[in-house]
Amino acid sequence: MSNLIKGETGEWEIVIGMEVHAQVISESKLFSGAATAFGAEPNSQVSLVDAAMPGMLPVINEAAVRQAVKTGLGLQAKINLRSIFDRKNYFYPDLPAGYQISQYQHPIVGTGSLTIELADGSSREIGITRLHLEQDAGKSLHDQSPSSTYIDLNRAGVALMEIVSEPDLRSSEEAGAYLAKMRSILRYLGTCDGNMEEGSMRADVNVSVRKPGGPLGTRCEIKNVNSVRFVKQAIEYEARRQIELIEGGGKVDQETRLFDTGRGVTRSMRSKEEAHDYRYFPDPDLVPLVLAPEFVERLKEELPELPDTKKQRFVRELGLSPYDAEVLVAEKESADFFEAVAKGRDAKTAANWVTGEYFAALNRAGATIAEFPVSAEKLGELIDLVADGTLSNRLAKDVFEGMAETGKSAAEIVAERGLKQVSDTGAIEAAIDKVIAANADKVAEYRAGKDKLYGFFVGQVMKAMGGKANPQALNDLLKRKLSA
Amino acid sequence: MSLDKATVARIARLARLEVPDDQLETVAGELGHILAFVEQLNEVNTQGVAPMTAVVEMGLRLRADKVTEGGDPEKVLANAPERAGDYFVVPKVVE
Repeated sequence: MSNLIKGETGEWEIVIGMEVHAQVISESKLFSGAATAFGAEPNSQVSLVDAAMPGMLPVINEAAVRQAVKTGLGLQAKINLRSIFDRKNYFYPDLPAGYQISQYQHPIVGTGSLTIELADGSSREIGITRLHLEQDAGKSLHDQSPSSTYIDLNRAGVALMEIVSEPDLRSSEEAGAYLAKMRSILRYLGTCDGNMEEGSMRADVNVSVRKPGGPLGTRCEIKNVNSVRFVKQAIEYEARRQIELIEGGGKVDQETRLFDTGRGVTRSMRSKEEAHDYRYFPDPDLVPLVLAPEFVERLKEELPELPDTKKQRFVRELGLSPYDAEVLVAEKESADFFEAVAKGRDAKTAANWVTGEYFAALNRAGATIAEFPVSAEKLGELIDLVADGTLSNRLAKDVFEGMAETGKSAAEIVAERGLKQVSDTGAIEAAIDKVIAANADKVAEYRAGKDKLYGFFVGQVMKAMGGKANPQALNDLLKRKLSA
Repeated sequence: MSLDKATVARIARLARLEVPDDQLETVAGELGHILAFVEQLNEVNTQGVAPMTAVVEMGLRLRADKVTEGGDPEKVLANAPERAGDYFVVPKVVE
C-alpha cells in the first residue's frame, strides 16, 4: 500500500510526528493536594499553590511519578533515574504563575517505541522520543460574556504526560492507528483514562510534506486535536494545503494551526512573534527527581499484560484469528470480557459470540460493557446451552436478543418461551413425514436430481417445528427419508 | 556584553514590563552591567563538570497522593479584581 499523495508535479510523502498530552490518573494534582475530579464547581479544586499565591511551594505527587514511569515501561522506554523540572515561561490568564512547570532537557522517560497495526495486516514500529511530566493549565471560557473571559483553575496543576513521537508516521491512517494504540496502552496501564471528549487525552500533530526521499519540508503544528477521526481529517486537509501551496509557487510557513472540526479545515492561529520564546530554566523550587532502581524494578514487575502480548497469546494459545484477537484486545474491557466468557469453554466459539452478536447488540444499544445487561457469565451459560444441544445456533441468537432486552438468564428465557431444541427423533420424523406427504411433486423432482430443493424441505420441517428441531438430527433423518 | 535597545524592548515585552522608549537606553546600560558581572563566571573552566541545578545534594521528596487542599473558592478568589459567580473574570482573550 502506497502512502504517497499525487500532486500536480508528481508524488508527495507526508511526514508526521505527534505530541500526545495524557492526563495522569491520580487523586491529587502534580504539585499540590487539590483534587483532580472532572466536572466540579468552578475553582473548587484549587490550592494556593495552583493559584500561584506568593510563597507557596510545589511538592511532587508520588503517584504521578509512578504513573509516568509505568507508562514509560509500557512503551519499552528508557527510564531516566534522574530528571529535572524546568519553568516554561509564558503569559496567559489561565496560567496564574506565568510559567508552567515542565521538563525540558532531562525528562523522566527517554526513547521507546510503539507498534501500530494497519488495515492491510502489516505493522510498523514507531519511535517514541521522550515522555515528560508537566502541569496542565486552567480553563478559559470565552463564550460566557461578550467582553470578558472567565477562568476556572480546577484543571490548573493537574499532572499531564507529554509523549512525543519521532517523525516516523507517513499517513493519516498511521497517525490514527498510533493515537488509538497509545490510548489503548495507557488504558491497559491505568495511567490515563483516555477520555478524549473530556480532554484527558489530546494530540498536537506536526505535519510536513516532501518529495519521496527528499529533505524534510517545513512543518506546521496542529494544536489540540481530540479524536482519532479528527487527527486523520486534519492531516488529510493539511497535507493537501501544503502541497497546493508549494506547487502554486508558495512556501509553507512554520506556524501553529487549529483544526476547525465543523468545516474540516486547519487555520492559522496567527501567534505573536515571541510566542515561542519560552526561556526554559531549571525550577529553583524543585531539586532533581531521583528514582531508585528498585522503584523502577518493582513497577516493571507489576506491569499488566499489554495489548500486543495479549494478542499474541490469544492467537498462539487460544487459536483465535489475528483479526479477532486484534478486535478483542483493542479495549481492555473487551479483552477481559472475552476471557471471562472463554474460561472453561471453546475459545473460538466464545470469540465468535463476543465479536459477533454481543458487539453488534452493544453498538445498537450504544452501551458500554459495564452497562449492558448480558454479563460474561450469562453469555457463557448461553454458549453452554448450545454446546449441550439444548439450543441450536439459530435459537440461541433469539435467546440472546431476549437476554439483551430483559437482562434474564438464558435458562429463564428458554423455559419461558419453551424454546428448548427438539432432539427427539420421533417428533422430527413425524414432521418430516408430514412435509413429504404434502409435497409429493417436489419430492419427485428432488429424487429426479433437483438437489437445490433440499433447503426447501429443511425450511418446511423447521417451520412446522417452530424452529426448534435439532439441525443435526433433522439433517440426518431428512437425508435418509428423501433418498429412501 | 552590551545590549541594544531592540533586545531590551523584546525582553521587557516578554516580561510584560512597560519600558518607555526614552528609558530604553538607560535600562540597556543597567542590564549590561548585570550581565557583565555574571559573565565573570565564564572565566572558570567547567569542562567535564555536570551542570548544577540545585545547591543541595538531595532528591525531591515525594508526597502521598491524597486530597488535602481545595474546596474553598472564596479563598482562591479573594484577590480577584473581578469575578462572576466562582469564576475569575479577565479582559477577553481569544486567539
